[in-house]
Amino acid sequence: MTKDECKKLVLDIIADIAPDEDLSNVKPDVRLRDQLQLDSMDFLDIVMELRKRHSIEVPEKDYIQLASLDSCADYLTPKFDALAGKS
Amino acid sequence: MNTRTHYDVAIIGAGMSGLAAGIRLAHFGKRVCIFERHNVAGGLNSFYSIDGRKFDVGLHAMTNFVRPGVKGTPLTKLLRQLRIDRDELALCEQKQSRIAFGPRGETSLRFTNDFAVLTAEVAEKFPMQIDGFRRLVAIMRAYDDVSLDAQPESARAVVRSHLTDPLLEEMLFCPVMYYGSASEHDMEFGQFVIMFKALFLEGFSRPFEGVRLVIRVLLEKYRAAGGERRMKCGVQRIITEAERATALVLDDGTEVTADHVISSIGAPETEILVQLGRGANSAADKPPANVGQLSFVETITVLNGQPANFGWGGDTIIFFNDSPHFHYERCTGQVDTRSGVICFPNNFDFGPKRSLSEGIFRVTCLADYAHWANLSEDHYRADKLRWFTAVQRSARRFLPAVDDAALAAATLTTDMFTPRTITKFTGHFGGAIYGSPIKHRQGRTALSNLYLCGTDQGFLGIVGAMLSGISMANYHILQKG
Repeated sequence: MTKDECKKLVLDIIADIAPDEDLSNVKPDVRLRDQLQLDSMDFLDIVMELRKRHSIEVPEKDYIQLASLDSCADYLTPKFDALAGKS
Repeated sequence: MNTRTHYDVAIIGAGMSGLAAGIRLAHFGKRVCIFERHNVAGGLNSFYSIDGRKFDVGLHAMTNFVRPGVKGTPLTKLLRQLRIDRDELALCEQKQSRIAFGPRGETSLRFTNDFAVLTAEVAEKFPMQIDGFRRLVAIMRAYDDVSLDAQPESARAVVRSHLTDPLLEEMLFCPVMYYGSASEHDMEFGQFVIMFKALFLEGFSRPFEGVRLVIRVLLEKYRAAGGERRMKCGVQRIITEAERATALVLDDGTEVTADHVISSIGAPETEILVQLGRGANSAADKPPANVGQLSFVETITVLNGQPANFGWGGDTIIFFNDSPHFHYERCTGQVDTRSGVICFPNNFDFGPKRSLSEGIFRVTCLADYAHWANLSEDHYRADKLRWFTAVQRSARRFLPAVDDAALAAATLTTDMFTPRTITKFTGHFGGAIYGSPIKHRQGRTALSNLYLCGTDQGFLGIVGAMLSGISMANYHILQKG
């Protein structure tokens, strides 16, 4: 999986969680919290949707890795690749 | 027919909070079942039919209204959490509401979904108080009201530190208490802030179809997420073992087990189920503690035309009180008609081409459960008739005058609920709509896997109820993986 594909999956999740947010201009290097109105309930949902849709586990100590789209991609892409390699 | 006997989570009660918790849990793959004793969902906010005519109960208005684009408020949080598109609810805003004090409502504060209207009214009617009012509002805007571990403090004390006119204080407490206080005279400040924001800083709205639409949307989300429910199937008792809830015995005698149990039926009501499971013979063995003291009657008058025909078309909700002193307390007789709440469901802005087909005039007053609970059927009916007249007459003091004969001629039918009705259909002890004065903000009970949501968890109002179910499902179950 490329990092861009990974970012797309994260954006798909955010689009479902927060349909009232405009996601057309999300800057990948800026914290999501600083450009979208996402609270801790929404971040919990991102984590849970990753588990539900993609079987990806994000332990609580790693939530900080989901701060921006770039950091999401850095953190999640290896996890997606590891899962793909297993199957 | 649902015949599974084990669930990840069993939820007691299909009211707003139980349904919301169920939606969250089912969406994230938990096997969930909601057990509801009544044949209709909604709990305290529900509906019933008489002669083919549907009556809403509970919901006067949905509080917490904000317009599209406003984020970070309870309404938008709940829409996101439950994956509800706001178009599904199609909320219509109130026209105007007012707080009317004095024998004929001589002192009044109007408010709408635009907070500036209330601020201007306070500035005009209470010019000496406006600076204090603004300070108080600023504190409330900044207050973290969803914190699960806030320290309790008296709302009266906080409000008095900013407002010195007792009339204004009473006028602000009146709507806030009517729409959600389980305690007499005073409230916990956090609860006051939640309700103040819900009523004044946000506002009132409703779907054209009223509470039925809200319930339908919730049921559909829950079903689509894979949640199960069993209607007309209450929980008789909770079996425990080593400080855990291990099984639920249902009304039909069957037993189901669950890893977690969420109860929305109230703290004292849940405690009794646990006592019964431990072998108490009946609820009478050990009377429940901390039962709420505040109950209500509501009269409903169905009219053959719009309330506007009587000059009653301007106000959506009116909070009335016939003296400068507001008595939010258990009443000493059957009903306290000095004060109450009028609701005209017709007076929301449903758009130019749409109006409810009949006029509805609802009046709610405080009432005492003990004075209603043990009446014989004949006395009960007679008292209902008598109080219907008294409640309606009291409320009409605060409305443009209408001839008795004209109102009678326009009346198609009437109905009335009493504290007894509330207990019969919702199971709440003492007819206590807002539950126990003791709230359990974290939803914990003496059992490690039994949690409370809804009224006795303490997020109030219809939106609060749904957020309560969401928060408890997140906090106790989903966050733990």
